[in-house]
Amino acid sequence: MTTTTASTAAAASGLSAHRPVRPARIMLYGALTLGLLATLAPFAWMFLGSVKPTGEIVAHPSVWLPRSPTLGNFEQLLSKQNFAVYFFNSTLVAVTCVAGNLLFCSMAGYAFAKMEFAGKRLLFGLVLTMLIVPGVTTFVPLFVLVSNMGLSNSYLGLILPFLVTPLGVFLMRQFIRDIPDSLVEAARLDGARETRIFLRVIVPLCRPPLATLAILTFLGQWNNFLWPLVIAQTEDRYTLPVALALFSVGANGTNYGLLLAGAVTVVTPIVLLFLFLQKQFIQGIANTGLK
Amino acid sequence: MSERARRTLIAWAFCAPFVALFATFGVWPVLSSLSMSVTDITARDIRTPFSVDFVGLAHYTELFGDPTFLRAALNTLYFVAVGIPLTMIIALALAVALNSGIQRAKGFFRVAYFAPVVTSIVAIAVVWRYLYEPDGMINSVLAVVGIHGPDWLNDPNWSMPALILMAVWRHFGIPMVIFLAGLQSIPEDLLEAARVDGATRRRAFRSITLPLLRPTTLVVAVLLSIGYLQFFEEPFVMTSGGPLDSTTSISYYAYEQFGFGNYGMASAASYVLVAAIALLSLLQFRIFRAKA
Repeated sequence: MTTTTASTAAAASGLSAHRPVRPARIMLYGALTLGLLATLAPFAWMFLGSVKPTGEIVAHPSVWLPRSPTLGNFEQLLSKQNFAVYFFNSTLVAVTCVAGNLLFCSMAGYAFAKMEFAGKRLLFGLVLTMLIVPGVTTFVPLFVLVSNMGLSNSYLGLILPFLVTPLGVFLMRQFIRDIPDSLVEAARLDGARETRIFLRVIVPLCRPPLATLAILTFLGQWNNFLWPLVIAQTEDRYTLPVALALFSVGANGTNYGLLLAGAVTVVTPIVLLFLFLQKQFIQGIANTGLK
Repeated sequence: MSERARRTLIAWAFCAPFVALFATFGVWPVLSSLSMSVTDITARDIRTPFSVDFVGLAHYTELFGDPTFLRAALNTLYFVAVGIPLTMIIALALAVALNSGIQRAKGFFRVAYFAPVVTSIVAIAVVWRYLYEPDGMINSVLAVVGIHGPDWLNDPNWSMPALILMAVWRHFGIPMVIFLAGLQSIPEDLLEAARVDGATRRRAFRSITLPLLRPTTLVVAVLLSIGYLQFFEEPFVMTSGGPLDSTTSISYYAYEQFGFGNYGMASAASYVLVAAIALLSLLQFRIFRAKA
């Protein structure tokens, strides 16, 4: 009797079951499963909705399962809305930014971690400060700058501002700092040049932070919205989120079939990537503590 | 060349690509934004950004006299003040639940709960706009338990709660995994000792777990503040700042001013945000350090 009361109280406080007490454990699993259903319901609604004909989407009372599933929304998306182009643009921007961050941030991270040089403290202080500056603070002058460079509505204009990030340098520096100095010193004594040390000693050891950085950069760029919204002016330069947002506030606002299919197109690649690399995703974000 | 000069040169060579891009597209715009906020620069001056006139703090006084901006500031505060604690409580509760001995399913739950984090906010906003329809999924679920749900996005009283709910759904995954890591770093024998001394689980949680989680809590709070203060995509896609400016945020206001061509005003508004982020981060460091 006492055990039951204690375990119920424990479950109620959300702190149950270090000991295998059945009722508490069942309640815990029950609560977690309910929470899970609530968390995943919007995804289910999105995927199921994207294959419903318009009539079923706006039906009252609403139905969960499509009665006559159709790929019509996706066909319309590809033919009329050119989603293949936006998909290409998103991929190009994300992949280029990943490459830039991996190369340039690891180079700078190596210098910050293992070299002494004039201006290092000031430069690193700037990197740390820029970590908390919101994107909305820079987009106006960035727009003026990029326009004056003649790069508005160009791929370069989309990519250049994100080719390196302060977060990337910070991540790489933190990891490389923990690589034993003796390794670097030994290579230096053997007469290796810094480029060689970087390529043969540092980079091979840096797989974990490079993977994290690649994932975070890809995620950030795939979902990036404000900058592409500002700089892409014609449809052939839209990225997926920009296209989706502009269509959803425009005349297509009521065509939910099309919008849901668009949302699926944006979300699916990144969710698939997440499922394949979930450990690295979660570890990467937990380690940096940053989005 | 001296050895020291040579080393500096090599180090700078390694930093060169980063520094060039970071200075041009990172540091320069931040400084430029600050200077724009005290000039009368508009879209017409885009080709000659150095020919504009200094107007001092005029934009800032104008901002604080503009009811729309005040509303935006208030909304942003509302979003932060309700959204952050809610996100943290849910994240902590889930982390504690996942950490309490359900070894086998832990990985599965963690992955599933984390899924909203990786999705594009724009895509999610599109989906949720549909969920929030007067006869949408959310009201259908509420109807099952006998609640007549509001017209979420068209009722100025419910529009912010609707956006907050969505934001919490999307963001709790990150603090959850950070809390989970924090919980796992708490030595098991400390909790055992408390139990031996007769402490209830609730008591042990309050007196041991929570205090030891303070550094983790600070990290989470600062991260969420930086993120939540920038509140932008949700009103852009779902409400266009409405109804009746009830979901306009500071970022959204800045974007609108940019759209009108008022670059000076947009920059000033964005610097209010910078100040808020700096202030809130500082405040949180103070509070948590004082208690620790």
